[in-house]
Amino acid sequence: MSHATNITALRSDFPILAERVNGQPLTYLDSAATTQKPAAVIAAIADYYRHDNANVHRAAHALADRATAAFEEARRKVQKLLGAQRAHEIIFTRGTTESINLVAQSHGGHRLRAGDEILVTELEHHSNIVPWQLVAARKGAKVLAVRVTANGEIDLDDLDSKIGERTRIVAVGHASNALGTINPVDEIVRRAHDAGAVVLIDGAQATAHLDIDVAALDVDFYAISGHKAYGPTGIGALYGKESLLESMPPWQGGGEMIETVTIEHTTFNRLPFKFEAGTPHIAGAIGFGAAIDYLAAIDAQALANHEATLLRLVTDRLAQTEGVRLIGTARDKVSIVSFLLDGQHPHDVATLLDQQGVAVRSGHHCAMPLMQRLGIPGTVRASLGLYNSPADVDRLVRAVEKTRALLT
Amino acid sequence: MSQVASLAEIRETFELLSDWEDRYRYIIELGKSLPNLPEEHKVNANIVHGCQSQVWIVHRLENGKLEFALDSDALIVRGLIAIVLAALGHRTPAEVLAVDMDSLFDELALKRHLSPTRGNGLAAMVRRIRDIARRLA
Repeated sequence: MSHATNITALRSDFPILAERVNGQPLTYLDSAATTQKPAAVIAAIADYYRHDNANVHRAAHALADRATAAFEEARRKVQKLLGAQRAHEIIFTRGTTESINLVAQSHGGHRLRAGDEILVTELEHHSNIVPWQLVAARKGAKVLAVRVTANGEIDLDDLDSKIGERTRIVAVGHASNALGTINPVDEIVRRAHDAGAVVLIDGAQATAHLDIDVAALDVDFYAISGHKAYGPTGIGALYGKESLLESMPPWQGGGEMIETVTIEHTTFNRLPFKFEAGTPHIAGAIGFGAAIDYLAAIDAQALANHEATLLRLVTDRLAQTEGVRLIGTARDKVSIVSFLLDGQHPHDVATLLDQQGVAVRSGHHCAMPLMQRLGIPGTVRASLGLYNSPADVDRLVRAVEKTRALLT
Repeated sequence: MSQVASLAEIRETFELLSDWEDRYRYIIELGKSLPNLPEEHKVNANIVHGCQSQVWIVHRLENGKLEFALDSDALIVRGLIAIVLAALGHRTPAEVLAVDMDSLFDELALKRHLSPTRGNGLAAMVRRIRDIARRLA
């Protein structure tokens, strides 16, 4: 297969980018919240409903065969995306949040004892904090957080000081949604394993930008969302090592996840179905698969170069813009830039950027502990995807300048 | 608990301002002239939830009329507060309940600020004011 190397040309694959908002052409810089979808993904979902729709793994009719084949094909695509060795190590979920909750409730609920510790970091999204707090409260365990440095990097010395014989689980993001920091996950996995802890990586912000190889990382669990990687919302996946998944009790009960049921007793289905209670989001999985195909058809190096160039450009341009203070200046980052404008409230900035057709996110980005650590109420965040261009960066910078003039 | 601009003034000004920049410049101006809520009132009990920016509200009933003081840490939200106060401040609870805020914000082309997804808490703020009025009506 030949790989697309002209990244700029890919923008036209995304029909929504032709929209106008507030009378202005859309400059979409909120891909860390959700990416836009290429026509191929939209078509895959529509085609499924037009031609193949049936429930999976059940009926003996032709449509059910087609739906099941497409659904399981999507699972193999996720397997390949993550570098997992076995397809049944991929559990379809609603997204990263549900994947983490599954591990917290099933693995954590099964293994944690009073006094055990779960280690997260101050950089985490609430989705990688709250599920652990819930299971910790239930089991009498404790959640600790590794410190983050002023420039937004995980303090590995602090990790070493907090990891210990009570640490059962280390849960860390691959890349920060608020600042873009890419964390040294290989190093963290190594140190956690040395201490005998299992590791979950929240890969929500990595999927669209970084090469993921769970086997090489030797990570125990890896959680992702389809919609952060050009796929649909409502679908995501959990990778788990076979031996761990086998040892975990089912989380939710219902159809699909059972083998036999009597009123007294149920035996559970094999992996991955043990963890997929109820009718899954079949169309979503197929759309996710189409997004993975779409990404796979792009030259990885060209895409990485494109995003790195844009990140450098947006960082430099904003740094040179009067009144702008960049938040999070880690050396390794995905294409996310967080900033403050003078003493202005991020919400005011985002409102005026929106008036100019520039879509960004403002607020604490579901990372309140990080904002507390940095001593700020929130930031304005511009996050870029493969469809963004230097022209988008230029529109952002001009809009920021106009916003500053309006607010001061 | 003074009012910075009357509703009539605000309506008139909005009519004159045709482009978004001028309208927002005016909202920001309204925000700057809104009296600050004394720090002692900026406590959790007075926070309106559902806001991305912080919004505080205190009220008292004086001679049968509801007097509100609101504040926010965001300037545009303070401007929107000034409009809300012009419409709903210094009125009896029954009068507060009779005001159609949707159509006012529609008229001012600010309707989308009332949408629950905006996160600026304007909708939550108006809801809170109406709840207070309903309790006292």
